[in-house]
Amino acid sequence: MSETITFTIDGVEVQGAPGQTILEAADAAGVYIPRLCKGEGLAPRTSCRVCTVMVNGRPQTACSYPISDGMVVENETEELMTFRKNIIDMLFIEGNHYCMFCEASGRCELQALAYRFGINAPKYPFMYPKRELDTSHPDVYIERNRCILCGRCVNASRDEDGKGIFEFIGRGSEKKIAVDSSRGLSGTDAAAADKAVEACPVGSLLPKHRGYDIPVGRRAYDAAPIGSDIERHRKERNNE
Amino acid sequence: MPSAGHGKRIVIDPVTRVEGHGKVSLLLDDENNVQQARLHIVEFRGFERFIQGRLYWEVPVLTQRLCGICPVSHHLAAAKAIDRIVGGEDLTPTAEKMRRLMHYGQVMQSHALHFFHLSSPDLLFGFDADPATRNIVGVAKKFPELALQGIKLRKYGQEIIKATAGKKIHGTGAVPGGINKNLSIEERDIFRAEIDEVLSWAANAVQVAKNYTLDNLEMLKSFGSFDSNHLSLIREDGALDLYDGKLRAIDAEGNSIFDRVDCRDYLDYIAEEVRDWSYMKFPFIKSLGPADGWYRVGPLARINTCDFIDTAEAERERRTFMELTGGKPNNITMAYHWARMIEVLHCAEKIRHLLHDSDLQGDDLVTRGERRRVGIGLLEAPRGTLFHHYEVDEHDQVVKANLIVSTTNNNIPMNRAVQGVAKDYLSGHEITEALLNNIEVAIRAYDPCLSCATHALGKMPLTVELYDAEGELLARREKS
Repeated sequence: MSETITFTIDGVEVQGAPGQTILEAADAAGVYIPRLCKGEGLAPRTSCRVCTVMVNGRPQTACSYPISDGMVVENETEELMTFRKNIIDMLFIEGNHYCMFCEASGRCELQALAYRFGINAPKYPFMYPKRELDTSHPDVYIERNRCILCGRCVNASRDEDGKGIFEFIGRGSEKKIAVDSSRGLSGTDAAAADKAVEACPVGSLLPKHRGYDIPVGRRAYDAAPIGSDIERHRKERNNE
Repeated sequence: MPSAGHGKRIVIDPVTRVEGHGKVSLLLDDENNVQQARLHIVEFRGFERFIQGRLYWEVPVLTQRLCGICPVSHHLAAAKAIDRIVGGEDLTPTAEKMRRLMHYGQVMQSHALHFFHLSSPDLLFGFDADPATRNIVGVAKKFPELALQGIKLRKYGQEIIKATAGKKIHGTGAVPGGINKNLSIEERDIFRAEIDEVLSWAANAVQVAKNYTLDNLEMLKSFGSFDSNHLSLIREDGALDLYDGKLRAIDAEGNSIFDRVDCRDYLDYIAEEVRDWSYMKFPFIKSLGPADGWYRVGPLARINTCDFIDTAEAERERRTFMELTGGKPNNITMAYHWARMIEVLHCAEKIRHLLHDSDLQGDDLVTRGERRRVGIGLLEAPRGTLFHHYEVDEHDQVVKANLIVSTTNNNIPMNRAVQGVAKDYLSGHEITEALLNNIEVAIRAYDPCLSCATHALGKMPLTVELYDAEGELLARREKS
């Protein structure tokens, strides 16, 4: 087995190491593949399907699919971009996302993807689901109106924090994030510094009392669209 | 169709060049005299209800969505209320001065928008001038320098808001117990470079408003004018203070009704009445009752209630203003414009002062103290005293909210102004252009923000309908 694996993304030759996923190799090469449920340093859950790419003509999730020599990956095709936009569109109308006062605005990955994809207004009718907050814990709260069921908190709490606080319950439209205590978050040993809190890509699992502490203009995606940091590697390398 | 007595009813719907949507109805008696005039607020907002359940730190960002014209007022009034929830009302010097800077920028831009964009066409061209030229475009053509000054004044205020709140509209600067940024040296220097020119524009605007009032004094003395009580915040020493202070109410002669009332006790002094024909409530001073306890707020009330202004140029203009009425309160409705421009000058002076205060570059931004369940915050918004009142439970969620927005305080005064003008300008059954214009001019003097959210800038059709007592349409007239 060779040390380097060579494949193409949208016709451009990319090299990676054995065992890498398409997403990892693309990131290292400065090619941005949009993703949502895949958290930095967390195991892939392959649930959101935003990172779907075509591998040798078949749709696969880039966050979980291993690279191999000669593989032909398509990323920025019109078909895939439409597919991803539709997912983002559906996530917006499925919950209650009020960006105008959400404390995650400006650093929310769902909002940032919508901006990157040029989604300025909902495409489908809002579903206005009734969702509950869990504010029982003094330092952390769950805002289920904004939960996109990505499961990052599940993985982070289990694998990084070693607490295993979160899991999904229910099925279909009744599916929701839950905690391992009948008293809600206050019955768990959740803490504001948990990786699970940091891992939430939207404004659903949040530390209390400190919303809006980062001024507009200095938030994660105020200056450049999501994915720009990854693309910058390639631009710097190519002296663009 | 609301029911009210006998006779005929005239409806102006919507009222234009004000913030929000409203309509006017006039009920005539059998002799064709105006029996009753009503300004109906036809929008329902529901903020007090849907804010329930939200987290307390969201409140300053959430409630400011009431308005796109002066969101900073709601942002800051809510922040002041929430400061008390976190025990952070004793702000650091940097936090208080940044918030004050934000507020002065806000009052400046809002007043400039109202005076130059919305009202100056009436004042410069006359109330009955052709509507085709009686608008901001007409002002820009005939008085290009003045129009430009107005636009630049507003822009300067907006840029101040952006530098302090992060965005010109709906920023996030004020956080519970403080502020989330200071003013950088670079930002400060940009503002410093322009402030002297801004001051000269503001001083010029005062002269325009003053000269207009004095030149038309005899007509304005009776134009929708009436004696009223006045209410505002004042600083402990009696100075005009737009950001903080205690409540003072005076009667039409200047006698004290109450003075230096702690904002947290406002419910002991102010009550609200609900009437079935408007979504806007009717506040009144409790000790005087609903019939006599109504009062005016906003620039006119503030200049009337304060003992002095703590900036030199605005104080000089205030003295001139008060000389007109021999030191007694000025009850001329159209004098709102003059008072408003004195406040713009005051804001410009305050901004200049702050731009030379190094506290704005401090790093101590937030303070916290003992947690409380109730928070009350009052502020002098551009349109008048603004009340925000919240109750928060042990899980940090809002369980109760009470908002008395500035325009609500002026509810009865606006109705009085409409009634006065309608009585003077209605002749027979005819719905004349002059009648419509004059009613709108009187309402506009209060700079009402009827919904505190939407914005009608003179392009909406004006419909007038004449009804008999049974609600049957007798006549209809529409203008664009």
